[in-house]
Amino acid sequence: MFKKVHPKEDIASQSQVKSSVQRNIRTKLLDQMPELEKHLDELMPKKAALTVVKLREHISLVVVNGEVLFFNHFDEAYYPTLKLLHKYPALLPKLQVDRGAIRFVLSGANIMCPGLTSPGARMDVSLPEGRVVAIMAEGKEHALAVGITKMSTDDIRQVNKGHGVDTIHYLGDQLWKSLFE
Amino acid sequence: MTDAPKNVVYCGVCTFPPEYCEFGASLPRCQKWLEANHPDLFTALYSVGGNVVAGEKGALDELDSDSKKLAKAIGKEEAKLKRVQEKKASTMIVIKRIERTKKKRVTSVLNLEVFDVELKKAAKQFASRFACGSSVSKNNQNLEEIVIQGDVSEEVKAYILQTWKTIPEKNIQLIEEKKKKKPEEEV
Repeated sequence: MFKKVHPKEDIASQSQVKSSVQRNIRTKLLDQMPELEKHLDELMPKKAALTVVKLREHISLVVVNGEVLFFNHFDEAYYPTLKLLHKYPALLPKLQVDRGAIRFVLSGANIMCPGLTSPGARMDVSLPEGRVVAIMAEGKEHALAVGITKMSTDDIRQVNKGHGVDTIHYLGDQLWKSLFE
Repeated sequence: MTDAPKNVVYCGVCTFPPEYCEFGASLPRCQKWLEANHPDLFTALYSVGGNVVAGEKGALDELDSDSKKLAKAIGKEEAKLKRVQEKKASTMIVIKRIERTKKKRVTSVLNLEVFDVELKKAAKQFASRFACGSSVSKNNQNLEEIVIQGDVSEEVKAYILQTWKTIPEKNIQLIEEKKKKKPEEEV
């Protein structure tokens, strides 16, 4: 998603949102990531101004104190940024890809089923399709991408062909780079 | 999992967590950086089995073709880096004082972009620093330059040196450009 859209250059609008919208975002985030409950007050103090930055192609970023925490596409699920995910690894269910896949994921490829079913890979959780997941890698401690499942984990095991997870945000994409500027 | 946020070290060169540096083309520089800044992490990551370059145990065979590609990419990246550095060393930032009419002058600054300065932002900075108009424009050689209204060449030089510490003083050049075709001397 962030291969072409640049979070600094393609800003369509940027506004501090009113408290009701803020409340909406909070409940949505909590719905999606129950783990977040412990940290939410810390991440987004109720008093801090919450900014929603809208980019091209219907992407919006949730920014608190100048730090991008979450983003979403249209009005769909919220994804945490990788930096946030590294800090709180428990936010998302994890899928692990094998070593051979890392290189491709780092250049933005979607994750194919075989990369999730081979010996180096792990799928410890059972998930339906359309869930936001963290992509871990064999032998690595930290997540390397955030994606959304295109098939349920059972299907991934059975079919073992085609896209299993769409890569949304990965190490080294434009959003990642913008986090360090 | 633990409640407290995890502290993650990010590589100062390629911004990835260090364990992913090996997939980037800037690996040698990443290694150097890590060795200098986090020696404990460096030994943990890179000195498994005595093989310093490709890191992980056992994964070497399957990586063979990959590592060749990577080596190539590394070579390219190094060459690119060298080129950039050479260019930086050899280009001069030219600060030119140009006479508009007899008493009015503008100052133009060339080649700032070679040193990773964003021209638009720099122009804005100059404008607010010197309280004058300042803009980015293309000159007749189709190169981007910053034009500052008024004669501020000395001040610009000082300001550049002060703001962008990476720019060496010997790379800045002051030039005066007078109007031609005028027989009489400047008043």
